[in-house]
Amino acid sequence: MASNPYFSLAVLFVVALCFGLTPLALAWLWAKVYSPAKPNAVKNAIYECGLESKGDAWVQFRSAYYLYAIIFLIFDVEAVFLLPFAVAFTGLGLAACVSMLVFVLMLIEGLAWAWAKGVLTWA
Amino acid sequence: MAVDDGLKIELGKQGVFVTTIEELYNWGRKNSIWPMQFGLACCAIEMIATTMARYDMARFGAEVFRPSPRQADLMIISGTVTKKMAPQVVRLYNQMAEPKYVIAMGACAISGGPFKQGYNVLKGIDRYIPVDVHIPGCPPRPEALLHAFMTLQKKIDEQPLTGEGRPRHLDAEAQSEFPVPVQGEHDLEPASNKGVWTVPVVIR
Repeated sequence: MASNPYFSLAVLFVVALCFGLTPLALAWLWAKVYSPAKPNAVKNAIYECGLESKGDAWVQFRSAYYLYAIIFLIFDVEAVFLLPFAVAFTGLGLAACVSMLVFVLMLIEGLAWAWAKGVLTWA
Repeated sequence: MAVDDGLKIELGKQGVFVTTIEELYNWGRKNSIWPMQFGLACCAIEMIATTMARYDMARFGAEVFRPSPRQADLMIISGTVTKKMAPQVVRLYNQMAEPKYVIAMGACAISGGPFKQGYNVLKGIDRYIPVDVHIPGCPPRPEALLHAFMTLQKKIDEQPLTGEGRPRHLDAEAQSEFPVPVQGEHDLEPASNKGVWTVPVVIR
């Protein structure tokens, strides 16, 4: 077993596990011995700024928010790709410029679509 | 106490360090008091100043203001407690993990201060929860808060782990839930917690 080339790795793995788990176990033991829990109904209740919590935490968001996600994506991705493009602009060939133009036009099309759909009009 | 102070100093001179579990335990407790992050009124501004670089509460191990009562050891009642706010304060105190301590900061937290006659002001938070250190002042200076904090540290340091005067979390008999007052028709109900506060007899 000790001749296995992975033996030292296994040892290190166990040591690493102990390194992480021992303090946790010690802290747990320490708390168990020295700090008996004093639970009560108020303490075990949900914490919400000292107020009693009302309603359900499982709130649903409207799926119509996907529009904001798409528009965010248009501008965000555009900025991310335009920055290196702008930095390397002077050294670029025609093919690179054309492909970038196509990319930007595609995003502009998305913007035009959103505009035509009336998304940009803040109701 | 197996080793008295004189012997301890003598041993220290010889390079022998002697301690007890109790001392180590309290030393750790008193140097890692995490206050709860909430301010009630203008005293909170002084409390904020105390945590900043000029007064630097971090020197005492108390810079970690926790935004949840689950992780806090110390509640600093920093300002006027209105009757609207009192139930929340008591509820938050109940939700703090043991051992917990309370500093009543400023005249309002102690007695209602300049607003004592106000119909909506609680005449001192110690009507509902046990207060360990009171700081007078309107508002108290940051130095006063630091002094109160050091007083609390001293109090924690002197707490024995067994017998009379031990910390609340080691005392199975100690009250763990403090009744949260509710808004009554004219006043908070109950008007005070009889377990922690006795109604003073007014002699006219």
